[in-house]
Amino acid sequence: MAQGSIIKKELLLIGGSAGSLEAILQLLPAIQNEKGLAIVLVLHRRNSESLLPNLLSEKIAWPVKEAEEKETILAGTVYIAPADYHLLIENDKTISLDYSEKVHYSRPSIDVTFESAAEVYGESLIAILLSGANQDGSVGLKKIKEAGGYVIVQDPTEAVVSYMPQYAIDHVRVDAVLPVAKMPALIHELLP
Amino acid sequence: MKDEEVNILLNDLLEVYGYDFNDYSKASLKRRMQRLFALDKFPSFAEFRYRVRNDEIYLKRFVEEITVNVTEMFRDPAFYKLLRKEVLPLLATYPFIRIWHAGCSTGEEVYSMAILLQEANLLHKSLLYATDLNPDVLEKAKAGIFPLSTMKQYSENYILSGGTHDFSSYYTTRYDYAKFNRDLAQRMVFATHNLVSDGSFNQFQLILCRNVMIYFEKPLQDRVLTLFDQSLEPLGFLALGAKETLRFSDIASHYKQLGKEKIWRKGAS
Ligand SMILES: C[S@@+](CC[C@H](N)C(=O)[O-])C[C@H]1O[C@@H](n2cnc3c(N)ncnc32)[C@H](O)[C@@H]1O
Repeated sequence: MAQGSIIKKELLLIGGSAGSLEAILQLLPAIQNEKGLAIVLVLHRRNSESLLPNLLSEKIAWPVKEAEEKETILAGTVYIAPADYHLLIENDKTISLDYSEKVHYSRPSIDVTFESAAEVYGESLIAILLSGANQDGSVGLKKIKEAGGYVIVQDPTEAVVSYMPQYAIDHVRVDAVLPVAKMPALIHELLP
Repeated sequence: MKDEEVNILLNDLLEVYGYDFNDYSKASLKRRMQRLFALDKFPSFAEFRYRVRNDEIYLKRFVEEITVNVTEMFRDPAFYKLLRKEVLPLLATYPFIRIWHAGCSTGEEVYSMAILLQEANLLHKSLLYATDLNPDVLEKAKAGIFPLSTMKQYSENYILSGGTHDFSSYYTTRYDYAKFNRDLAQRMVFATHNLVSDGSFNQFQLILCRNVMIYFEKPLQDRVLTLFDQSLEPLGFLALGAKETLRFSDIASHYKQLGKEKIWRKGAS
């Protein structure tokens, strides 16, 4: 399984929808960050609800912030896509926000961020797709695979809502299907 | 689509039509072009390029699709509330009020402002300049006809912004459309204006440019902010989108933010 260790992993993307918050609260505190990984979270949530960064800050040792336009993605930081904007990544690893049409009824859309990150980060990318009732994320995961990234999907039997991870498993050749509790160990293995 | 192909199309646009999108953020442009390429089912990049270079009608669609036109009435209600409570009372002291909506898209923002002005009894002495680079969205803005399906959301936004009237009194319903009352549009002036290439054309007390500069790279953002600074009277107001900021810009030191909404006031001199 995990043998990506030759390539340095720089960015961990996490996408989630309905039922993913618990998974994130379990997953993030268990990821150690001495390896210089940056994390970008794309979660479907209600408009203008901005409590998430605060909520996560209380649980995680490393800095958590809402992603700002033109900000450079730095190792050791967790960025959260703001409500009601798509988050894209530029070639110079800065963040662009985009107020265009919703994708899969969602803004931010997981696909939009995943596809854009795939082009910039290629093999140095790890992506996780969590619980949800939506098809968002699968197209992005496929792009990440094509670009050489590593793709993990939450075990649908564990997910609060199985539809989104199951849809991804049915449509993408994912690298691993795991319960959240087993993800941190795999991620640490992937980091050189 | 590759980065080089995006650049080829950008150069075509400049060379053939004089539209300069070279200083726009590339990730969004690329995504929009890819989306259009797929949507219109082009068999190859070469054919896509040929259409853009040679078909002026298709070019319109191309420009409209790569520049995002999504907009809403009373978007970010707290922003409009602050306009109502703090900005309009100050503007009321002027004998004549000039407002510029730069990048107004299909006009939802301009009609929202006209409603605020009318409720403050200021519309009769105001002029709203509504500009965009895209003439087609301006035609829609002029008509003031928006899909009926959006009215529920807009009405909720309106109430959250502090509106106390019956929102549906501002429009009449025809089929699936809401047509906004003509008196709201009476004080609006529509014109094409490209923030990349056109200069300052008047002095304003309030400039709104929301969700336009997020698509620009930093140097272009700075140039456009300087253009706004030149077009704003002392003590005038500049309003940006929810994720945009004056911070880190060349003009920041002359401006003071009102609370945490994206409204800044220019200094006295
Ligand atoms: C996302 S819409 C914003 C509409 C509205 N201000 C709002 O916040 O809801 C962006 C608009 O900016 C316009 N735009 C993009 N580049 C421009 C430029 N260089 N000059 C003028 N308008 C531009 C687009 O045509 C589009 O209508």
